[in-house]
Amino acid sequence: MKQLGIVGQSVKRRDGLGHVTGQTQYVDDVFYPGMLWLRMVRSPVARGAIRRIDTARAEALPGVVAIVSAGDVPNNWYTILGLIGVGPPDEPVLAHEEVMYQGEPICAVVAETEDIANEATSLVKLDIEELEPVLDVEYALNAEAPVIKKWGSNTFIYDGMNHRRLRFGDVDAALKQADFVVDGTYRLSPIEHVPLETHCCVVKPEPDGRLTVHTNTQALYFSMDNTAIILQCPSNQLRFLGGTVGGGFGGKVDVITEPVTCIAALKTRRPVKWRWTRREEFQNSSTRAGVKMEYRDGVMRDGRIIARKVRSLQDAGAYHRHSPYGAQKHMANVGGPYSIPNVWADVYCVYTNRQPSSAMRGFGVMEASFAIEVQMEKIARTIGMDSWELRMINAYRNGQMRPVRKVVEDAALVETLQAAAELAGHELPAHLRAMHSNDTGEQTGNHAYGGGGSRL
Amino acid sequence: MTRVRGRGIASVNYPTGMNLGGDPTQALIFCQPTGSFTVKLSSTDLGQGLKTVIGQIAAETLGVPLEGVIIDTGDTDSAPHCMGTFASRATHRVGNAVIMAAEEAKRALLEVAADEMEAAPQDLVVENGEVHVKGSPDRKLSVLDVALAAHFKYGRTISGRGIFLKPKGGVDPETGACDPDSTEAHATAVAEVEVDTETGEVTVLRLFGAYEVGRQVNPAMVEGQIVGGAVMGMGHALMETVFPYYPAQDHHTSSFGEYIVPTAMDAPQIETVVLEYPSSNGPYGVKGVGEMTANSPVPAIVNAIYDAVGVWVTDLPVTPEKVLRALEDKDRALSGS
Repeated sequence: MKQLGIVGQSVKRRDGLGHVTGQTQYVDDVFYPGMLWLRMVRSPVARGAIRRIDTARAEALPGVVAIVSAGDVPNNWYTILGLIGVGPPDEPVLAHEEVMYQGEPICAVVAETEDIANEATSLVKLDIEELEPVLDVEYALNAEAPVIKKWGSNTFIYDGMNHRRLRFGDVDAALKQADFVVDGTYRLSPIEHVPLETHCCVVKPEPDGRLTVHTNTQALYFSMDNTAIILQCPSNQLRFLGGTVGGGFGGKVDVITEPVTCIAALKTRRPVKWRWTRREEFQNSSTRAGVKMEYRDGVMRDGRIIARKVRSLQDAGAYHRHSPYGAQKHMANVGGPYSIPNVWADVYCVYTNRQPSSAMRGFGVMEASFAIEVQMEKIARTIGMDSWELRMINAYRNGQMRPVRKVVEDAALVETLQAAAELAGHELPAHLRAMHSNDTGEQTGNHAYGGGGSRL
Repeated sequence: MTRVRGRGIASVNYPTGMNLGGDPTQALIFCQPTGSFTVKLSSTDLGQGLKTVIGQIAAETLGVPLEGVIIDTGDTDSAPHCMGTFASRATHRVGNAVIMAAEEAKRALLEVAADEMEAAPQDLVVENGEVHVKGSPDRKLSVLDVALAAHFKYGRTISGRGIFLKPKGGVDPETGACDPDSTEAHATAVAEVEVDTETGEVTVLRLFGAYEVGRQVNPAMVEGQIVGGAVMGMGHALMETVFPYYPAQDHHTSSFGEYIVPTAMDAPQIETVVLEYPSSNGPYGVKGVGEMTANSPVPAIVNAIYDAVGVWVTDLPVTPEKVLRALEDKDRALSGS
């Protein structure tokens, strides 16, 4: 590798001093004279039909300036995945007919102080007919479960199918041929991103009619373009400012604060701030998806994995957010960093009456890696092989074909295993130390079962 | 003895860039009269240090000192589009866009310098903020002088435009065939744990990580990602859930009182090594390292627990309660047989 100049040097980060001395300006540090505060009225139930929203007492509270309800939203649909061509839209910005999860936004109160706004939210009277929620992904797929999505299914529909599928080689034949079959069921429960900086948005209406939007989104144009669609205005009426975020981890690409705050600013013609509490961050912001994965691997006595069959259920919660994309990414990664000639997967993006899950650090892949790597350990224990050797025998090499039918170009798993062994003080035998990602697999034999086209 | 130790390993790959592509990023660069370069972006720094590594890439390509590069990001009125900071894409996408913009700006710089120095542009190089003739380091002109001449003598711009896009690909609905990444990074983790068989508590003693991330732009910040990710992965493996009785919604967490994240006191000894095998399409061979660092510690810890006490707890997080129940089931199975 060619030595470069400044690239490759551990120079000090430019914003580090500001961060650690509390001088960096985050969105919550933005104040405008006359700024109003927004708080959200949220659904108390996991699933229900909205009969009536009575805001009279809240509006009468001194200091309350406006209520923002579904009727104030020009295009009352979240469109985040629509922007990259995935639909149909399924999530209202503010609920008006039904609520699909506990904590779903129903209407916003805008007031002179945050305390008044908080008090006013408790004065909004909700009449909601509670319905049976669907909370479990297996139950959601059951024919007896209530169907909670308008398109008549509790799953996302990929190209006319209720799951995303992977078909590579002949898995059933290979499983019959295998010396051992190793099964595992893996579950993750939803977790939070826990950024230090909670969601926050400040919107200032400018004299020329434009809106200046301070936001801690991870994606400024993406959030701006989505907001413009919801506001039904040209995006040149919006100016999004940000670029410095106190932790995102995927949790700040949902465009979850900007549209309502913009509408509140337009309605009141005053600057408005909406900052989320830690409680909202835990209970209302999207999570990593809960996942259930069933893996079945077919293995030969010599350690070669010849087949993998996967059924995976991703708990999207009530709405898409980024979960259909995460399930697609999961499908693309069930082979992991190994050369497996026969792979079969059905990955379901399942809807439940739970706070939506969405993007989170490595989503789709992280979950697959968890299942794959515990499977590897189970396989090693089952066939009585050293687990370093098992991984090195099966590690993909450059030039091999992955299950998604992409040729491996940048392989280096073998090398990380060798380096990790050295770092941890585990001595590998000579034949494993001699392996590398450009070897042709002769000494490993991992091409021998090329039924699925694992060899070019 | 109630404390039992075990060791587990786990290997992962991780894709760089949005699944299936279709996620462009642009950069604009212009030279100020005094020879500083401003890089205009709308990309977000999440705390991972994007502004710093992009400054390094711009300085490297332009041939100017890092201090002479200003990274200006975060205003849609004044900077072009970026898809966003996610999918381990920022250094790869933004870096490529910045190299493209910097090369155009450098060509403009060299054309002005060529006129000033009465040389051919292709015979000139920029190093350490100076333009000189290849092979003749004494025939030189500072970038400052070239910039002044461009502005006030020739009336020429020194600027550049850059974009990176991997066009969006499709998925074969029947087979799943697709192109899901620009490149893949790799890692192997080794976890050493101690399991208390009376309380079910798991303590992570040491985590080792060997990462292959293409070329590193800033090794200290790569290490920062790896260490931060390792602790996050540890929380995922052992502590965190917003629904402790998932799928039931009881005891939905609402504060740090119930939702436990690892803190400095929980962090184990972490040792890392980084291998550099440059990717073919990353800026100077970069691969994404952001997301993957939380991934390998999770199964490594679960495997280490098995190594210690012989139970598979494959329902995350591995709480003390789950460990104790698994140990009870194991004892019951043993005494029953």
